[in-house]
Amino acid sequence: MGDYLAGRLGQLLIVLFGVSVVVFVAMHLLPGDVATLLLGDRATASALVRLRHQLGLDQPVIVQYWRFLRGALAGDFGTSLRDNRPALAEVLAAFPVTLQLTLAALLLAIAIGVPLGVLAALNEGTWVDTAITTPTLFGVSMPVFWLGLMALLLFSEKLGWMPVGGLMPIGTTMPRITGLSVVDAVLSGRLALVGEALRHLVLPAATLATIPLALITRITRGEMLASMHLEHVRTARAKGLPEGRVIRAHVLRNALIPIVTVIGLQFGLLLSGAVLTETIFSLPGLGRLMVDAILARDYPVVQAGAIFIAVVFVLVNFAVDLGYAALDPRIRRQ
Amino acid sequence: MSVTLAPIVAGPGERARPLSRALARPAARLGLGIVLLFFFLCAFAPLIAPDDPYAQDLMSALARPSLAHLLGTDQYGRDVASRVLYGARYALLAIVVGDGLALGLGTTMGLAAGYLGGAVDAVLMRIVDVLLAFPYLLLALIIVAALGPSLLHSMIAIGIVYTPQYARLVRGQVLSVRQMDFVRAARALGASRARIILRHVAPNSLSPVIIMATLQAGSVVVETAGLSFLGLGAQPPSPDWGALLADGQNYFLTAWWIATFPGLAIFLVVLGFNLLGDALRREFDPRAR
Repeated sequence: MGDYLAGRLGQLLIVLFGVSVVVFVAMHLLPGDVATLLLGDRATASALVRLRHQLGLDQPVIVQYWRFLRGALAGDFGTSLRDNRPALAEVLAAFPVTLQLTLAALLLAIAIGVPLGVLAALNEGTWVDTAITTPTLFGVSMPVFWLGLMALLLFSEKLGWMPVGGLMPIGTTMPRITGLSVVDAVLSGRLALVGEALRHLVLPAATLATIPLALITRITRGEMLASMHLEHVRTARAKGLPEGRVIRAHVLRNALIPIVTVIGLQFGLLLSGAVLTETIFSLPGLGRLMVDAILARDYPVVQAGAIFIAVVFVLVNFAVDLGYAALDPRIRRQ
Repeated sequence: MSVTLAPIVAGPGERARPLSRALARPAARLGLGIVLLFFFLCAFAPLIAPDDPYAQDLMSALARPSLAHLLGTDQYGRDVASRVLYGARYALLAIVVGDGLALGLGTTMGLAAGYLGGAVDAVLMRIVDVLLAFPYLLLALIIVAALGPSLLHSMIAIGIVYTPQYARLVRGQVLSVRQMDFVRAARALGASRARIILRHVAPNSLSPVIIMATLQAGSVVVETAGLSFLGLGAQPPSPDWGALLADGQNYFLTAWWIATFPGLAIFLVVLGFNLLGDALRREFDPRAR
């Protein structure tokens, strides 16, 4: 395990270095000159030269990259061009919204998807199986931004059950402790706030959960069916174990590693889907922040957001990898 | 001396059988039907569309679906049905440019990495690792940020995002094909590297690539529409489905039809490619059976 860990850690560092290069290069391709962007079209030539010098833009690219890397390692990405706040602070303020949304969606997808997949596998070939697998085919093809709009139309506009977006009703005052609206509402000790926070979370989380839910259901069904026909399961049945125990202890447990793999892989999908979901439900999350920053050419925020998301994503994948290696010794030996 | 070796892997007859088996499933036929209909509508949009997709008629703005306008009109009185029909062409363009770029770039990288091995393989695969280190839409956002928002740039971005998947797939294929007897024979006969890659390795690595291209086509349509929806892809007044949805979002409480029909179109096209790709994968990829 030690060698495996060292090897994976080496790869991790190379990938993170690559991430910093990609983001740096992308931001240097940005159309337009940053100094002109900051000072406006009417700036004098000498003012532009002075600012370029201040920002280090007159130095060789390699020196600029080195400064960027040093800054990034210290968490300094410069200040937002829109409101002069530190870029990383804006990213960190928006992150809890995205985190809460993706975690809620993932929980929903697992809590519904795994039992549905098991149910479909146990009823293979019957109408129950068809009733579960057919919608999953539709689910994986669903454009989440459209589904979100339709959900708003039905549940908020026509039925009036759900709010039309945002984290909380407008005008609500709640102390910001963690930035996760549901957790903050619980910490505030006011039950009505908890209810509101959850009500605002349901539709976006359900929308974002659609594709992972469909994938998790399909993979659970497939893996259950595959392990149902394994020898040790036949042996367990032959020695007279009750069916429930065979399914729980032998079939499901064996099917669980590939299922966990797929669940681990959903994180990137969820982060991507969050960008669109946040736009539809007017949530001030990281995805929305990035899109607004790109449209406003606020490159320090784009830079900080891109590096932050990529680092989180890489670290989550790394943790998931280590998890499998711990669960399954065969992976360590590869 | 020339030796014909290609049929050793799979003759045309052997390939036809799984294809017809794949299309025997009702789901696959539904998928194929949707995809063919989509191509048909793209080709004949000008003949089918009831109106000019750009023609404004403010007198009949935000009209509900009716006989005059089957899918209603938008805020400028433009016919939604015509706009959705013409939007199909943008979706097809996204597939050709985005999926095509990913396929071309990824296949080249995979062939080079798999066949040349060594330092080339190491460098190319590290590039792939780095590209995969970004959640796919984030990578597309960064690329669009660098190039500037536009339809073409969004398609290029999506193409780059899907490149690593082809590169990995082709590399794996090449690694297994290059060990086969007919490739060794070609090498022993003194065939050049380029000839071996282009004549022997590439054609025999192709069928999983075609399956992936089919499956990715749907994703490419969704992702480019997503970028347009965010305002980073197609710009108004082009009738790209994502842009139509973004338009409709502003009016969806009063005029639900503007956003509903383009979204439905995206969903159906993606469903078509997914059903078709799934069926092909089941037949051609033994692991998926």
